[in-house]
Amino acid sequence: MSAALRRRAVLALPYAWLVLFFLVPFLISLKISVAESVIGIPPYSALIDTSGGSWRLDLSGESYRRLFTDDLYVVAYLNAVKFAGISTVFCLLLGYPLAYGIVRAPRRLRSLLLLLVILPFWTSFLIRVYAWIGLLKENGLINNVLLTLGLIHQPLILLNNAFAVYVGIVYSYLPFMVLPLYAQLEKLDPALLEAAADLGCRPWQAFLRVTLPLSMPGIAAGALLVFIPAVGEFVIPSLLGGPDTLMIGKVLWDEFFANHDWPMASAVAVAMLLLLLLPMGFIRRLLQGETA
Amino acid sequence: MIHRLSPFLTVMLAVGYAFLYGPIASLVVYSFNASRLVTVWAGFSTHWYVELMHNEAIQQAALISLEIAVTAASGALLLGTMAGYALQRYRRFRGRALFGTLVTAPLVMPEVITGLSLLLLFVALEQAIGWPRGRGILTIAAAHITLGTAYVAVVVEARLAAFDRSLEEAALDLGARPFKVFLVITLPLIAPALAAGWLLAFTLSLDDLVIASFTSGPSSTTLPMVIFSSIRLGVSPQINALATLFLVTVAVLVTGAGRLMRARESER
Repeated sequence: MSAALRRRAVLALPYAWLVLFFLVPFLISLKISVAESVIGIPPYSALIDTSGGSWRLDLSGESYRRLFTDDLYVVAYLNAVKFAGISTVFCLLLGYPLAYGIVRAPRRLRSLLLLLVILPFWTSFLIRVYAWIGLLKENGLINNVLLTLGLIHQPLILLNNAFAVYVGIVYSYLPFMVLPLYAQLEKLDPALLEAAADLGCRPWQAFLRVTLPLSMPGIAAGALLVFIPAVGEFVIPSLLGGPDTLMIGKVLWDEFFANHDWPMASAVAVAMLLLLLLPMGFIRRLLQGETA
Repeated sequence: MIHRLSPFLTVMLAVGYAFLYGPIASLVVYSFNASRLVTVWAGFSTHWYVELMHNEAIQQAALISLEIAVTAASGALLLGTMAGYALQRYRRFRGRALFGTLVTAPLVMPEVITGLSLLLLFVALEQAIGWPRGRGILTIAAAHITLGTAYVAVVVEARLAAFDRSLEEAALDLGARPFKVFLVITLPLIAPALAAGWLLAFTLSLDDLVIASFTSGPSSTTLPMVIFSSIRLGVSPQINALATLFLVTVAVLVTGAGRLMRARESER
């Protein structure tokens, strides 16, 4: 086999698979988002109307019109961005010291500490979200402990509200924040901090002026790895959230499974994708810069 | 780095790990609770494990999930290794930018979008060419292969980037054919990445609720789907027992892999 032919063979299979199972599906969603919802199998109208002998393109903007005018969708969109954004900030506030602590830990402990951050990722996501129900319920562990200690006199409402959704997202996505931060901080040359100290920097000044700016790529990668999937999160708002924490991922799910409105679900997906296109392009460049 | 942990960092590490492991520990403790109420301790019992063993719906779903996960991880290993190899070794080819996007996008794409669009593809394909007939294990596995390929490709690409090519070049100079070089030199050297990639794809498939729900059919209810609907009905200690079994399996596998890795390293 010649080199060129071999290359083509190695490329062709994964390329074809990803085009068929990743790219084409989006194009189909795009197509169905401009169809009309009908009762039937499948429940959407054909775009090209061939009745009457001639071809007529039949595009409907109905789903998009509802998307931008119906409060339900607008609120769910803004909610998703808000919940994902604020959770990303909390992930960073918790994840940065954690990653920094691991980098500074004695060498023999470091790989164990790192493993302990990754380990929850290998256990079921669903079950880890479920664990919080037992903790946050009205008669859950946290309320019981606080009542027993006499710190509160009636149970706090911790579940099925915004607080629970924040806790759930931060908890589930924390490893995605810690790992890129760790990778970035580990590369930091300690000589830089020593130089800063020699030049009269106090430790916190050295942190603000040396460590923090140099860890920006890690912060950006971690933030995007948390933010992008969190925007479309379905499991967390449905198990931990309540009526005032509707997020767009759950709306998409309900449009599809409860309302059987495929064009509307597709329009929601397309709009969500447009919102995430920019951050997704950015994360790709960060990830590829890492391996190149 | 200076090997000194300030009190602040020590406290943050403690808080961080307590946050990560507290909920998991509570799951395990309450799986041995005699009471049906997950939150009131009524003495030690293995009752929920016995119930779990008699729960046929969960066992059936677990078998289906395992079948899908093994298929998906194996398919993803093949495609992902090829994709990662192409991305790392073929610096220039037509459509490289698109290929790079297609490989990394599934990593962060919200699952609801991937799930919905794959379902729409399967429906459109069935209308157009009559395949796949309905949806089930096959369509879920195809969806999970797509997701897993991305993870395997990234792991393999990273491993190939950190790899000494002079060994491959030496073998080529000594007259080995390129394919033989790949089999004898490259493959053994990237084996840890392949194992990690397979396991990652396997775990992702086993854990996925959203994509599987979109692409499943009436006879292919997976384990996460059963867990999700039983959680919606209320907290059940059986789920705690299942979670504990899950955790024990993962812990055993990870410790085993760690030992194996250390043994291999000390051999060198």
